[in-house]
Amino acid sequence: MALLDVRDLTVVFGRRGQRPVRAVDGVSFSVDSGQVVGLVGESGCGKSVTSLALMGLLPKRAVKVTGSVMFDGMPLLTMDERSMRDLRGRDIAMIFQDPLSSLNPVVSIGTQVTEVLLRHRGLKGEAARKEAANLLDRVGIPDPVRRLKDYPHQLSGGMRQRALIAMAVACRPRLLIADEPTTALDVTIQAQILELLKDLVSGSDTALILITHDLGVVAGICETINVLYAGRVVEATDRRQTFAAPRHPYTVGLLGSIPRLDAVRGEKLTPIRGSVRDVLAWSDGCAFAPRCDRRIDQCLQGPPELVDAATGPPHRFRCVNPVPKDQLDQGAPTLVTEVSP
Amino acid sequence: MTESLVEVRDLKVHFPITSGILFDRVIGHVKAVDGVDLAVPRGKTYGLVGESGCGKTTLGRALLRLTPITDGTIVFDGTDITALQGERLRVMRRRMQMIFQDPLSSLDPRQNVESILVEGLSAHRMGGGRKEQRAIVGKTLDAVGLPQWALSRYPHEFSGGQRQRIGIARALVLDPDLIVADEPVSALDVSIQAQVLNLLEELQDNLGLTYLVIAHDLAVVRHISDTVGVMYLGALVEEAPSDDIYRTPLHPYTRALMSAVPVPDPDVEDRRERILLAGDLPSPANPPAGCRFHTRCPWAQPTRCRDERPELRSLANGATHRVACHWAEDIASGKLRPHEVSVELVRPEGDIEVPAMPLDNVALP
Repeated sequence: MALLDVRDLTVVFGRRGQRPVRAVDGVSFSVDSGQVVGLVGESGCGKSVTSLALMGLLPKRAVKVTGSVMFDGMPLLTMDERSMRDLRGRDIAMIFQDPLSSLNPVVSIGTQVTEVLLRHRGLKGEAARKEAANLLDRVGIPDPVRRLKDYPHQLSGGMRQRALIAMAVACRPRLLIADEPTTALDVTIQAQILELLKDLVSGSDTALILITHDLGVVAGICETINVLYAGRVVEATDRRQTFAAPRHPYTVGLLGSIPRLDAVRGEKLTPIRGSVRDVLAWSDGCAFAPRCDRRIDQCLQGPPELVDAATGPPHRFRCVNPVPKDQLDQGAPTLVTEVSP
Repeated sequence: MTESLVEVRDLKVHFPITSGILFDRVIGHVKAVDGVDLAVPRGKTYGLVGESGCGKTTLGRALLRLTPITDGTIVFDGTDITALQGERLRVMRRRMQMIFQDPLSSLDPRQNVESILVEGLSAHRMGGGRKEQRAIVGKTLDAVGLPQWALSRYPHEFSGGQRQRIGIARALVLDPDLIVADEPVSALDVSIQAQVLNLLEELQDNLGLTYLVIAHDLAVVRHISDTVGVMYLGALVEEAPSDDIYRTPLHPYTRALMSAVPVPDPDVEDRRERILLAGDLPSPANPPAGCRFHTRCPWAQPTRCRDERPELRSLANGATHRVACHWAEDIASGKLRPHEVSVELVRPEGDIEVPAMPLDNVALP
């Protein structure tokens, strides 16, 4: 059984006097123990709202969350706030994008880390401080005992993110949700943090959901990748398929838009037309149709279903006129090495 | 006619750090740019890349004389503009324009697009009458791919990519020679980034523009530039044609930066060599002595690196590839091997030593 099973998750934000917004529109995916799953998409695709909905962190007013989220057999969406609070931080932990705004600026790092240990593991006093120092050491913060007395503003961005990760992994959670964990950081620091996340989840049965807009980041770390567009999963498959043989025109378009460091110079980028604002409601047809080069009449006749590819590894895409397989298959990897978790 | 449009010699921009309640006294300097030499050839693109705090934005701004220069010279099209003042500087500025990172905060929300574009023309008394100005503005809109009805709209009515096009149009109406683009695409979504990058390339082909592109994303910079300069703590550590910098990076920092950029290809990601840098960027208020990178460098040697600042020099194999490292040859040949680096903690506010100051030195305002 999957550790986390999300079925038809829908989040609708009500707006006074205006049409409600469907930020997440029927997202389904599952995460196994120890697996690293990526949620990828541009701004407004619903990736962050999905994670907040899983954690039960969305405001209750004017927000309607429907669908089902099963975590280890427990329904998260209908759970009462008390049990949810026990679960949060202990079984499911989250790492946010901006470490400065998610740490309390007037409380020392030590107090913030020991808070988790006190709440969920019942550690007190010296034992808690010792364990906190251990955790800081584990995430690569130099001189951890002295850092416990530091305040967030005294640490650099990368060190703050490490402190936040230390808090998240304090109780060895079974599921870690990282929402754009490296977006606010410089590339060399990003590489450090990604390596740290990889180390933390590999060899343990902690599962990781990595939410990002950067396809390069997921390429190195995720086993399964879900590409989101306008609140729905448009393509879901393992990472090799995603990059070597994408079928959805949006995924193909995204890959064509990224300047690659190892590309031949002088090659033009092939951007996607229009902007993320040009969407169609999913109920009327494919939301990507207004920007799609492969649009046919059928695209505008009702919402496309997420279908399985007929052959090959598990590969689902939401498109009635997918990019033909043989057109891209030359690029498929012949040397399939063991996928590192 | 000189070959390079812009030449920068030993440029320094230092910002004073002041402290005190009644009298501000200078207790140190942030050396944002500390001795940079570079030349931007006419009609080409020079890409400046580096992490936050390396001084790349300050360098771009100093080049346009938007920030006071501490030392050094800037020659623009044969004219030394370092000390240019008043009207002569204002007239010169028409020829060098800037594109900013965040299109929403760099466009006045209460001006419509027409007024944004006409403002520059009027300031430089270009285009003659209203009719001619309209013609220039209309042509510019076409060039950046915006519809004519955009003229009467306001910035908030556009998407991020379109706003960036307005920013580009504002730079273009004055028919400049040089455009400094500071992080032109980093605020945009991936699919929109590619549109703007392609537009910048097209404009260069059609109008013969010279670009200085400043960005933190090495892949973006390499894609658009002819020459790439890598900055670290206020100085260039390496400069090379775009192809060379990817194929044969010589400076340890460039190698680390290159290996840290994620590539959207699992096969490449699994196989590539990773050089993880330890620790963070040191504070530019108190940069390390000698080579500024020696505190994080996996190839740092006990001699020279700590006490002698390396010059940007060209290696034997090519004059176009310059690197500021004492050991570049030995690292390239594999004679020196990388070693472990212990992490030094970096304080974001910097450790500024406050010098004890005799009282009679305090200047009264």
